[in-house]
Amino acid sequence: MKLTTSLNRSLWVFHFNSGSCNGCDIEIVATLTPRYDPERFGVKLVGSPRHADVLLVTGPVTNQMADRLRRVYAQMPGPKVVMVVGTCGQSGGVFSTSYNLAGPIDQIIPVDVYVPGCAPRPEAIIQGVVTAIAKLERIEGGAKQ
Amino acid sequence: MNPILAAVGGTIVLAILAIAFGLILSGIDRRVVARMQARVGPPLLQPFTDVRKLLAKQNIIPANAIPWLFNLMPIVALASAITILLYLPFGSFAPVLGEFGDVILVLYLLIIPSLALVIGGFASGSPYATVGAQREMVSMIAYELPLAIAVIAIAWRLMAAGVAEPFLMLTLMQTPVWDVVGPLGILALLILLVMMAWVTPGELSKIPFDSPEAETELAGGILVEYSGRNLGLFTLSQAVKMVAMSAFGIILLLPWNLSPFLGLTGAAAGVADLVFFLLKMLFVVIVSVTVVRTMMARFRITQVVGLYWLVLGGLGALAIILMMADAFLLGVI
Ligand code: SF4
Repeated sequence: MKLTTSLNRSLWVFHFNSGSCNGCDIEIVATLTPRYDPERFGVKLVGSPRHADVLLVTGPVTNQMADRLRRVYAQMPGPKVVMVVGTCGQSGGVFSTSYNLAGPIDQIIPVDVYVPGCAPRPEAIIQGVVTAIAKLERIEGGAKQ
Repeated sequence: MNPILAAVGGTIVLAILAIAFGLILSGIDRRVVARMQARVGPPLLQPFTDVRKLLAKQNIIPANAIPWLFNLMPIVALASAITILLYLPFGSFAPVLGEFGDVILVLYLLIIPSLALVIGGFASGSPYATVGAQREMVSMIAYELPLAIAVIAIAWRLMAAGVAEPFLMLTLMQTPVWDVVGPLGILALLILLVMMAWVTPGELSKIPFDSPEAETELAGGILVEYSGRNLGLFTLSQAVKMVAMSAFGIILLLPWNLSPFLGLTGAAAGVADLVFFLLKMLFVVIVSVTVVRTMMARFRITQVVGLYWLVLGGLGALAIILMMADAFLLGVI
């Protein structure tokens, strides 16, 4: 699938909670408030993975959610970017010793951008989106993924 | 020039202009909403970027969809939305196919883009889309009543005043109904104006009448399974429908042209009228779509029907009675 410059000017985000404590989700909502206004850059939250360009995943992926996460990822039309928000999505974080983990997110689906923090501030999430855009531009420029 | 060639050329030009203007209108709409919420908002050309992106994305057809219906409906929606425009006069430009259809035809054509959405929703085989499609059908039934009342009241009053061909769009545009009625008729027209201001967002499925799409509980409703090119086509058809619906409301109730007031003639008059018409469309969209959708939350589907049938239907009956009383007092019936 060809990447176009319009993609990184109109990133539609689908938010998926794979078993997080909800802390990161609240920070994501804070990022979408008028104070930060990501719609300035065409970023919009959508309700269906079919409309999305970016999959925003929080949480350490519980056993129940692993299959759902895979299916939501498969439902998204390409080209797509996966962004992990929060430490527990990267390593398990505070849940790392739990009996009920299917592993951090990158063991289930490929991840492009990590935003560390428990929970990360909205500025960090915006930094993550900017990194995602930069990555898309690199791919466009023909560099290796 | 060959009339068929002229019609085809006119259609293509009109389609391109309408798509561009519709997308700009929705850009302005999003920008104004953002300003009302104390945000900066997206760039004016954001809808163009969105559509370009959607057209370049992968187009997924779900496993339990009916592929040919699923893929056909976005095209039907866009084509029928453009077809409406062929029957509408813009400013002092006569409609491309004006002599072949009247306001009743436009009423029917306005249904088809929504109907295409409904069929597409059912064809996508998702329970969310099915619920959304059912809601869309219910709201179609709901807003048709006040719309038909408004059209009939105006056309009947023109007919009573002895205007020839009161159902032709061109007649409605050239004979502002406000000029033929008396004081009671003005009251009735003000009521109709309120009704049209409520029908417009319903027809366009905007908040507070967006329960068929309902991002929060139906995850996009009718459009839930649509992606890529098909979603882009639906976005375009909604932009064109916004142009058609606001133009229709203007032709019915705000039909004045600028050139008679300025004393312009020839090409200058055409341009002035067109610009004035586009400004009126912008005004209609901002008043009846943008402001309303910023201020209100979504209605439940039962509330939608109650509002359109009981409140606006009742107002419409009042408006028709006032119209008849007006015609009676002026002694034209
Ligand atoms: S990273 Fe921390 S705040 Fe975020 S979901 Fe995990 S545990 Fe909660």
